[in-house]
Amino acid sequence: MNRIQQLFSKKQKQILSVYFTAGFPQLHDTVSIIELLEKHGVDMIEIGIPFSDPLADGNVIQHSSTVALANGMSLSVLFSQLEHIRKTVSIPLILMGYINPVLQFGVEKFCETCQSIGIDGVILPDLPLHEYTKEYKHIFEQYGIQNILLISPQTEESRIRMIDQQTQAFIYMVSSSSTTGTKSKFNDEQIHYFKRISSMNLQNPLLVGFGISNTETFAQVCEYTHGAIVGSACIKALEQPGTLEQNISTFVSSIKG
Amino acid sequence: MSHNYFKTYPNKDGFFNEYGGAFIPPVLESEMKKITDAYFTISKSHDFINELRSIRKHYQGRPTPVYYCNRLSQKYGGRIYLKREDLNHTGAHKLNHCMGEALLAKYLGKKKLIAETGAGQHGVALATAAAYFGLECEIHMGEVDIAKEHPNVVRMKILGATVVPVSHGLKTLKEAVDSAFEAYLKDPINSIYCIGSVVGPHPFPMMVRDFQRVVGIEAREQYMEMTGELPDSVVACVGGGSNAMGIFSAFLDDEEVAIYGVEPGGRSMNLGDHAATMSFGTPGIIHGFKCYTLQDENGEPSPVYSVASGLDYPGVGPEHSMLKDIKRVNYDVINDTECIDAFYELSRLEGIIPALESSHAVAYALKLAQKYPQSSILVNLSGRGDKDIDFIMDTFGLPK
Repeated sequence: MNRIQQLFSKKQKQILSVYFTAGFPQLHDTVSIIELLEKHGVDMIEIGIPFSDPLADGNVIQHSSTVALANGMSLSVLFSQLEHIRKTVSIPLILMGYINPVLQFGVEKFCETCQSIGIDGVILPDLPLHEYTKEYKHIFEQYGIQNILLISPQTEESRIRMIDQQTQAFIYMVSSSSTTGTKSKFNDEQIHYFKRISSMNLQNPLLVGFGISNTETFAQVCEYTHGAIVGSACIKALEQPGTLEQNISTFVSSIKG
Repeated sequence: MSHNYFKTYPNKDGFFNEYGGAFIPPVLESEMKKITDAYFTISKSHDFINELRSIRKHYQGRPTPVYYCNRLSQKYGGRIYLKREDLNHTGAHKLNHCMGEALLAKYLGKKKLIAETGAGQHGVALATAAAYFGLECEIHMGEVDIAKEHPNVVRMKILGATVVPVSHGLKTLKEAVDSAFEAYLKDPINSIYCIGSVVGPHPFPMMVRDFQRVVGIEAREQYMEMTGELPDSVVACVGGGSNAMGIFSAFLDDEEVAIYGVEPGGRSMNLGDHAATMSFGTPGIIHGFKCYTLQDENGEPSPVYSVASGLDYPGVGPEHSMLKDIKRVNYDVINDTECIDAFYELSRLEGIIPALESSHAVAYALKLAQKYPQSSILVNLSGRGDKDIDFIMDTFGLPK
């Protein structure tokens, strides 16, 4: 069992996975942010690889990527920062980014480095399922890296079942037809979608991302799925005056209540 | 090349050999699939074809002529011909695919057209198409380009479009694409993204090429009628590559015709000083498709520059990327100085003020004419230069 499966075998409800952009607000904050998120009760972390051409992200995450790139963040810098992360952190760690930086780094070298550091999974929203299975699946599997795939309200049922076969981690449910960003509450249509996917009895757990920013939206998705992924709200919190620890502590309680 | 070229490329997943495809998040993926399916059924219907044909004739003023440049040829040698896309309604080839995209939007029941624009030509063309069909139109444009291409910004506004200024990054075409995609993702049900070139995820490179093929089909027929033979060379400028794909597509099977794609060489050959994607780039993925890309070692798209806003893009059409690899098209560069010289030469010898984008193709034709004085050269004059005159006066002034 990989670390992500272990997490879901211990805890099936109220999973909080947090996304932040590596290199933001300061280049060398990465390790501290990860340690503090774990300390304050976050279950899993998605470390964003900044990219200047993000097709899936809203303003908040785009802005953090711009700052991180200007700070000098890159995949190689990130890997060197994370080299000893498993000495202090035990929760599942996932890298999230766009395919081009990974391709230029080299997919095999990327997976090999992830394995040696102790990265459990990868989310590449612009890598389509058929490209993944055709070109890269064997490499990911060789190094034991879980590829986490996204579904949206428009994804067909047959495709969701296919995605469910391709991973042993979780399914990333995009809450709406939109880019990342915060909303105050989910509407009936979205709730219907959460229920519909939940009733499919998939082998993988479900986490909802895009639009979770407060206790209300977190509670809403937790009612129907295993938990949530929160990104933009965390990035906003990291920009507040105050220490990283104060900001992270306030942020986690603003979601979990 | 084979007669099945257009059936073979792209394949069903949108690939031109290794290039193209659709590297996009799932939300976009399902929308692109809907557009692809709709395109394949609707665009083959008699109603669609007839309506587009009628629009092209009565509204756009097609066919645009092929013109022999007598004085230019006398001065530089060779026999230089222009396919006059500058005479297409709105002054550039862009309306060819905009009317097609907007007609498709109408058939799909969409309410709003969203797009990016660089020089403003695509934006003006799309705003025109939106007005024609009674659709809303939202154009995303980098702040740098807004300042540079003021007349086109005004035209878009007069036509009723909303111009959204893009203020992040380099504030040019790449950022405008990101911004337009983001706006589209907010309401993919009621809106449709109308990309401005043969770029982006499948089906856009195929769809835009297909709508632009009219340029090549007309030009080949007109040239044959005028001269009784095929030209020795066909030349077009390449930013994303829509006008080039339009004219090249008709000559790919004619092995005796040499085809030249002209990229913007800018100020120098240093990264950041040009936008010559195929001359200096490497394969990468940008804006949802694979193509030659100007990028750094981390896979970040590089800053690009060209005197011509419409060529200012770190990627290029996937079909061009393939045509480079299989060596059917020669890609070369023209720098800013050569471009400006050609701009004035065509203006003063023929009374045609070309767009700065198209001036790159004219400049290359002048080089070919001097090198092969016995040869015939067909240039796609993709747009007129009215939009550039203030910028040229302020930056370069009149020639000495």
